[in-house]
Amino acid sequence: MSALLDVTGTGEEGTPLPANTNRLPRAGGGPRFFGTSAAAPGSKTVGPRLRGGSGIMGPIRGLAKAATRKAVDLLPFLVALALLLGLWELACHGTKAGLPPPSKVVADTWELIVDPFFDNGGTDKGLFWHLAASLKRVAVGFSLAAVAGIALGVLIGQSALAYRGLDPLFQVLRTVPPLAWLPISLAAFQQADPSAIFVIFITSVWPIILNTAVGIRQIPKDYVNVARVLRLSPLEYFFKIMLPATVPYIFTGLKIGIGLSWLAIVAAEMLIGGVGIGFFIWDAWNSSLMSEIILALVYVGLVGFMLDRAITLLAARVGGGMPKR
Amino acid sequence: MTTPYLSIEKVEMTFTVGAQKFCALREVDLGIAKGEFVSIIGHSGCGKSTLLNIVAGLTRCTSGGVILDGREVSEPGPDRAVVFQNHSLLPWLTAYDNVRLAVDKVFGKTKTAAERHDWVEHNLRLVHMAHAAGKRPDELSGGMKQRIGIARALAMEPKVLLMDEPFGALDALTRAHLQDTCMEIQQRLNNTVIMITHDVDEAVLLSDRIVMMTNGPAATIGQVLEVGLPRPRRRLELADDPAYVRARAEVLRFLYERHAPAKMAAE
Repeated sequence: MSALLDVTGTGEEGTPLPANTNRLPRAGGGPRFFGTSAAAPGSKTVGPRLRGGSGIMGPIRGLAKAATRKAVDLLPFLVALALLLGLWELACHGTKAGLPPPSKVVADTWELIVDPFFDNGGTDKGLFWHLAASLKRVAVGFSLAAVAGIALGVLIGQSALAYRGLDPLFQVLRTVPPLAWLPISLAAFQQADPSAIFVIFITSVWPIILNTAVGIRQIPKDYVNVARVLRLSPLEYFFKIMLPATVPYIFTGLKIGIGLSWLAIVAAEMLIGGVGIGFFIWDAWNSSLMSEIILALVYVGLVGFMLDRAITLLAARVGGGMPKR
Repeated sequence: MTTPYLSIEKVEMTFTVGAQKFCALREVDLGIAKGEFVSIIGHSGCGKSTLLNIVAGLTRCTSGGVILDGREVSEPGPDRAVVFQNHSLLPWLTAYDNVRLAVDKVFGKTKTAAERHDWVEHNLRLVHMAHAAGKRPDELSGGMKQRIGIARALAMEPKVLLMDEPFGALDALTRAHLQDTCMEIQQRLNNTVIMITHDVDEAVLLSDRIVMMTNGPAATIGQVLEVGLPRPRRRLELADDPAYVRARAEVLRFLYERHAPAKMAAE
């Protein structure tokens, strides 16, 4: 295809276009657009005006427009990120700096970045395996916490007696820091893995219990009356009224819970050892590999962020039609 | 002597809050015939809603009782469907599903799934809401929500339809539309209806009889007015109808002369 680039007309800054810019042929002199590759932040990369083109370009053009909008949305973030990295680079530039600058971090850990899947046996594994091990513990502990938390939340939300009996207990226990549970669980389970899972469980279960209970207590009297007029059985009431009415609260609890789980697992793994991102950080510290620690922190942050988003997405999916009460 | 279809007998309601007793209703006696449309009107706090809840079975009265079609009311049930003031639709269900929930529950054993589907659609058409079947309550206006609430109640084929200020939260125009729909449905189905209202025009326009309540505490029925207007009634023609005007004046006199609320009497 002989789509010719014509940058001269519009590229005032004469920025050379990155190789992967959306080179979409457009009929005539179409509007300019920012390519998805606006990854070079700040530089006003003006899209190419292209000649030629044909009929199938409609949908692609739409896609390009969406991508452009996304890039424009992301621009402030990219600028902030660039500034932060720049500041960090400057601050840690000298040889006497305690922390490596970002350029050194990338250089030091390049092998870890490009190959997260290696496995040399023992704890000498790629970052992917460490993260996977941590995520597995969180998945088990958090799932248990979700089931137990919702069940207990329903109990103390429904029964005033159970509430009076258990709520004070929960209020005290939930303030115990995650790591304080570790010695107890190690003593009880005698093994590292179940202990870590228990710490996850005990950390994330409280917000799930308390939010579920609040949700149950907030069910409007009207819905209860509707259920009574319809003579719904307790089981029907649970599935058709109570659960849907409480879903937003439950998910608030789950979201707080998953965040706490991820906080706790890193700390717990530092102490119990084995494969896991927490251990990886501790191990790197013992070997004075600061760059590896920084890389691990970035991954921990990204995974935590993704866990949070996953719950949010799930909540939107499940409670799609829920109005905000 | 024949027993009426719905009979409210010597109903008394006393609420106990701590050591204090508060008598809301006493000596309420009322018989309602099958197919009759009865409004209950009175100032706020006169126990109208309490009375309706007792008939619905949502509240137990402290003494006396309610007998519907030969059986005493002891708990809520779909034979006494309620249209709640604030529609009470379940926000996570579409209009169709809100009605379907009731239909499935009431006719789950007697109708096939296809029949239940048709019945839901039929009732949505009855309140002119067929086009909104797939919408969720938060996508509907107040009047539309209340229509769905009425469809849900009608779909239960109740022996008596209970409406607790069904149009109270709506603006005047929407309210008039819903009143017209309500009359039209009443014309077709000849339901037995008890409606709570605080709107004199609404009471006169819709009812066969208007039950006027005295002020609380210990409220009771002060007067019952027969509205002898022929049906179908049209609001425009009625505006100058002497019988309508007389009935309206009668209710107003009861409410503002003989049983003015304490605050107004003091002025």
